[in-house]
Amino acid sequence: MRKNGVKMIKIKAKDVDVFYGKKQALFNISLDIEENQVTALIGPSGCGKSTFLRCLNRMNDVIDICSVKGEILINDFNINDKSCDVVRLREKIGMVFQKPNPFPKTLYENVSYGPTIHGMAQSKQEMDEIVETSLKKAALWEEVKDRLHEPGTGLSGGQQQRLCIARAISVRPEVILMDEPCSALDPIATAQIEELIDELKKEHTIIIVTHSMAQAARVSQNTGFFHLGQLIEHGSTDKIFKNPDNKKTQDYITGRFG
Amino acid sequence: MNKNKEQLLNKRYKAEQRFRLYGLSAIFMALLFLTIFIFKIFSTGYSAFQKTWLIVPVTFDAELMMLDQNPSKEDLQDADYYDIALKSMADLDPNANEDQENELKRMVSYFFEKEIKNELLNDPNLIGKTKEVYLTASDDLDQVFKGNYPRDLPEEQRRVSDYQLKIFDQLVANSKVESKFNISFFTNADSREAELAGIASSFMGSIFSILVCLMIAFPVAVLAAIYLEEFAPKNRFTDFIEVNINNLAAVPSIVFGLLGLGVLLAIFQLPRSTPLVGGITLSLMTLPTIIIAARASLKAVPPSIREAALAIGASRMQTTMHHTVPLSMPGTLSGTIIGLAQALGETAPLILIGMVAFVNTIPGSPMDPAASLPVQIYIWAESAERGFVEKVSACIMVLLGFLIIMNLFAQIIRHKFEKKWS
Repeated sequence: MRKNGVKMIKIKAKDVDVFYGKKQALFNISLDIEENQVTALIGPSGCGKSTFLRCLNRMNDVIDICSVKGEILINDFNINDKSCDVVRLREKIGMVFQKPNPFPKTLYENVSYGPTIHGMAQSKQEMDEIVETSLKKAALWEEVKDRLHEPGTGLSGGQQQRLCIARAISVRPEVILMDEPCSALDPIATAQIEELIDELKKEHTIIIVTHSMAQAARVSQNTGFFHLGQLIEHGSTDKIFKNPDNKKTQDYITGRFG
Repeated sequence: MNKNKEQLLNKRYKAEQRFRLYGLSAIFMALLFLTIFIFKIFSTGYSAFQKTWLIVPVTFDAELMMLDQNPSKEDLQDADYYDIALKSMADLDPNANEDQENELKRMVSYFFEKEIKNELLNDPNLIGKTKEVYLTASDDLDQVFKGNYPRDLPEEQRRVSDYQLKIFDQLVANSKVESKFNISFFTNADSREAELAGIASSFMGSIFSILVCLMIAFPVAVLAAIYLEEFAPKNRFTDFIEVNINNLAAVPSIVFGLLGLGVLLAIFQLPRSTPLVGGITLSLMTLPTIIIAARASLKAVPPSIREAALAIGASRMQTTMHHTVPLSMPGTLSGTIIGLAQALGETAPLILIGMVAFVNTIPGSPMDPAASLPVQIYIWAESAERGFVEKVSACIMVLLGFLIIMNLFAQIIRHKFEKKWS
């Protein structure tokens, strides 16, 4: 989104290096991510796009041997700084995973969990509202409104993934990270999620990792191409797909490798 | 070429058939042993649940009991019942000489005086009247009635004399011998007399020990498992701890008994022979079992659930307490019950800390001396009296029942509460 013609930058990554033990997985990544836009990260398997995504909400902390260097500024605040509180960070940066991973609890509990632990609702009524709006935004409300107290694991794959999206947006994050959210879904469910992503970008900044170049072309405004741990090229999706600067990007887009 | 291939295929099918056969025969063998074992125990033990009573007419002669007219309750308590008890037994054979009277007395348990007293206390109006009273038969006659006694042995090799047998047979012929359900086996504590010995003391001892063991081992083990699995950094030190926990699980139980003896009794001066010390000793033994079970079930919680919770901003502690631990609980609990069942069947460490002592009172708390079921089996198996043979098997049946119930409970918890991952 542009304000007075100027791009608003939400996330600014500067010289990010990631190491798994002694092996370097990301080299010197610098990338700006625009606010209220969908940014797609594409590239062949093992190129580091998921690793980069997980840097943005510090999910790499969970992996003992993983270390991240460099600056990642979100709202001009360096999240790799010692003073950054991961709990607060992850409240602002939601995440949706490759495989739908609802909690083995009821639909209601799945969505209300985030607001509960962050103390976002004062009353049961407020919580009901949060759950309802989140499910509505995730385009799931109509399908599940009569069975909110049934287990979330009983839904179909596509519904589960939308439930996970509802769970992620329930805490009103500024950014939503999506790690191949459609790779376990059929084409119809995929289409629903893509439609949803388009809707969500009005309120959230979205970064999506995808294997499918068609998907990247459909949903994103900006695209970054990763290869062997390096960010080869990034820019507007139009440009990357139609007129890439780099030969490797060209080759990947046209299906010559990957 | 083609023929070769067919041969090869046939060979493969044959190999599979053979393998199935081996597996089936292994299962058959296991079942066979189990059946033999259970059959043996039941066939020896079932008779212990029956008890033989002699029905003897007793005359409550006030004079013999040294009672005044209109005696009070206290008088009845303090009265002398020995003479009327002796007399009623002697009256079974009016022609008995003094030796024979003695033998008649030994046909019932030494408890007979109390049984007669209880009869009168229940109904004070019996004074001066005659009533047929049920008296516990001696353990040898009990065995005679159950058909477990070798009557054809020469008299000098038997504890039951020909005279006693003669009188007993007369009583049987007059239907003055009855067999009833053996309540005292469950309500009495241990006794030197087989006909009076029961499992109440050891049963309560086992329950108290298990409770103490549970209360110590469960929280410690679960906390240790959670810390090791969810919070501890993975380094050499935690590897070392893990190896040692696994080693601890393999330590022979008697070593824990020595530890209990050397530390709990010698240094801390805790009361010996008590379920408290027994339970603490058993908890040391159960600890590694529960830790290993709890860690395994924590590991079985898919990492995606942890990631989901972390990604929405739950702290590590919240992720663990709200998601991982509840999801791992069914596995942890069934592991705990299996560990407790193991502890329940443990004998050696309890013998070392003195729970093998002869206890003829029923413990009211973990601080009272008690035996435990497996130790009771050991004590009775060592006793020479024929009456204890069936008691050993009966006690094993009770212990097995206890264990089966616990294992069943573990299975139910596992199946009912375990979440299915989609």
